[in-house]
Amino acid sequence: MKRSNKPIFWSLFGAGGMLSALIGPVLIFITGIAVPLGLIPREAMGYERMRLFAQNGFGKVAIVLVIGLFLFHGLHRMYHGVHDFGIHVTPAMKAAFHGVALLGTLAAVYLVSVIG
Amino acid sequence: MKTYRRPVSATWWRRNPYYVWYMVREASCVVLTLYALTLLVGVARLAQSEVRYEDWLERLSRPWAIAYHVLAFLLVAYHAWTWFRIMPKTLPRVPVPDKAIVVAGVAAIGVCSMLLWWAARP
Repeated sequence: MKRSNKPIFWSLFGAGGMLSALIGPVLIFITGIAVPLGLIPREAMGYERMRLFAQNGFGKVAIVLVIGLFLFHGLHRMYHGVHDFGIHVTPAMKAAFHGVALLGTLAAVYLVSVIG
Repeated sequence: MKTYRRPVSATWWRRNPYYVWYMVREASCVVLTLYALTLLVGVARLAQSEVRYEDWLERLSRPWAIAYHVLAFLLVAYHAWTWFRIMPKTLPRVPVPDKAIVVAGVAAIGVCSMLLWWAARP
């Protein structure tokens, strides 16, 4: 019998679900609400500070994990959500949803590697 | 082989509040994906130049961007709550009361949020 690839996508979905449950709300609050509204100084997300963060090994891993796992969680759930709207899902759709997540993750890996 | 596919209406979930809340939780995946893409664009701008990055940061202050992030915050916070509320069912059986698992999960959100908030301040 052909091996199922379900455990891989389900693990990525689960890891992304856990990470986004733990830090998703506060991250969105900081980058999307607190900094733009000036609740904390703009320098919190200033160019110099963010460059230093992205050039640091820990920062690189954090950026790739947040973007990659949020994408795998979100797109896996979206793939199943399509079914909830009465649309029959096909293997091509599965490849498309997970493919976008993979491309986004690879883009993040590439970007943090060229940032120095 | 062609099998029979029972038609499913696109609005079945509107009949019962329980299913409406299910759909609200599922909707969190759309804003979470868009948020990840927003961050990805930010990292791309950061890799390009200071001018491009400052431009991206400036766009985050626009009213529609803030409105979008408020919606995303609410939906992802709801996802976070449901994630730990159902944890007693998604975890392998452990000799701990269900309520303790949920309380520990919510406490973990609180601790992680405070740590990140503290680390984010310049």
